[in-house]
Amino acid sequence: MSSLPSDPPRAGSGIAAGDAAIGTARVKRGMAEMLKGGVIMDVVTPEQAQIAEDAGAVAVMALERVPADIRAQGGVARMSDPDMIQGIIERVSIPVMAKARIGHFVEAQVLQALGVDYVDESEVLSPADEAHHIDKWQFTVPFVCGATNLGEALRRLAEGAAMIRSKGEAGTGNVVEATRHMRAIRGDLRRLTTLDATELFAAAKELRAPYELVAEVARSGKLPVVLFTAGGIATPADAAMMMQLGAEGVFVGSGIFKSGDPAKRARAIVEATTMYDDPGVVAKVSRGLGEAMVGINVAELPPEQRLADRGW
Amino acid sequence: MLALQGDVREHLRALAALGASPVTVRRPDDLAGLDGLVLPGGESTTIGKLAVTFGVLEPLQRAVARGMPVYGACAGMILLADTILDGVPDQPRIGGLDVVVRRNAFGRQVDSFEAAVAWAASGDRVPAVFIRAPWVESAGSTVSVLARIEGGRADGMIVAVRQGALLATSFHPELTGDLRVHEHFVAMVKAGADRRGPR
Repeated sequence: MSSLPSDPPRAGSGIAAGDAAIGTARVKRGMAEMLKGGVIMDVVTPEQAQIAEDAGAVAVMALERVPADIRAQGGVARMSDPDMIQGIIERVSIPVMAKARIGHFVEAQVLQALGVDYVDESEVLSPADEAHHIDKWQFTVPFVCGATNLGEALRRLAEGAAMIRSKGEAGTGNVVEATRHMRAIRGDLRRLTTLDATELFAAAKELRAPYELVAEVARSGKLPVVLFTAGGIATPADAAMMMQLGAEGVFVGSGIFKSGDPAKRARAIVEATTMYDDPGVVAKVSRGLGEAMVGINVAELPPEQRLADRGW
Repeated sequence: MLALQGDVREHLRALAALGASPVTVRRPDDLAGLDGLVLPGGESTTIGKLAVTFGVLEPLQRAVARGMPVYGACAGMILLADTILDGVPDQPRIGGLDVVVRRNAFGRQVDSFEAAVAWAASGDRVPAVFIRAPWVESAGSTVSVLARIEGGRADGMIVAVRQGALLATSFHPELTGDLRVHEHFVAMVKAGADRRGPR
């Protein structure tokens, strides 16, 4: 072995070479590419983050309360306590994401200062601005945003989002809305590829999205960023179905730590996400998981309790 | 192409553009008949665990021992390293590459960057994207250094190495559209296949 540097440089801001560029679209979107095929798990304590890392999560989402509890307890849901986020960052070696309220750019600034790896501008928290999402181009940290259809996804991209997830209906343990949103996004994408150049102008107007983005997506047939699924995934079969529907990875919120055996269920969802097209594996990992989280029928939710309607 | 998790599609695209016929590997049977293997970027702890779960870790270790050409990018570099710093306890790895690698060495995502690096194999500069990237803290005597960071506080740190049939980079050439690193690996695979003769 050649000799170790006596004082190797330590990690931290500004370590890159002089001509290096941080926070570019390629660096932000590239981070999401590295998460593909993986599961990102909601955690509220460092102990839960450890369980998620041990189970093979590609990242954790730090938040104060899982969506099911936000739903049950009501009140204003905000960014988490920085101490808790710091505790999670110190505990695990995998990327740590955290949620900011829609439009709350200062919460996002705080999360960036804490060294969070990805900010989720999330409808699960109470919106802080009823007209404007965060101008995400202003940040070095990348953002993921929820979408219910292609137009919404493209509007978030125009604002600088570097990753998109289906919104689903968080905290319900019911996959129906995630399915609806994933089918809507993928269906809209397929439809766009069939339009001619003239029709794309009308499509952009219909989608309420910038023409350039619409034209780019129509050419490539896919979003220029990674597309995950979120909102109601509670079982390995849910995760595998969303992957078969075209999701590139899975966020699991309340589904793991509101279930009977979180460590085992977390692992099972990771394995089912990897082998999503192999029913034998999904069947095997689905055995003996204990109680799944109690589900909510989304159709019975009053409109004001539907989180997916937040954001525009 | 190991396809348990990570940016598999970007590597497949680069390999196909160079005339290779890449296939994906998730199970031991998928390894049959391969001339070379690429380990993608992704989360190294996740890929390692899945490799154990689905029974491909030991077959991969045997393939490396037999001299199969393998290229690892970022997480792939970590998986190939004999020694990992700042890993998780008992982190599963393939090993075989005589280096000490530090995980997330450049810092968190806000420190991720892109830059051009001097690529010793061809003498020109290649664009490189570093995402929560590792670096090589020290390398054995049979390891050749193919790229280092120039300038900044990480000046001189090793970010690309080759040891026999093993190639590893801290960075992601597959995110840049530049094919030179993959070209280097495809040439290694062709040379290995020629040596072994027709299958």
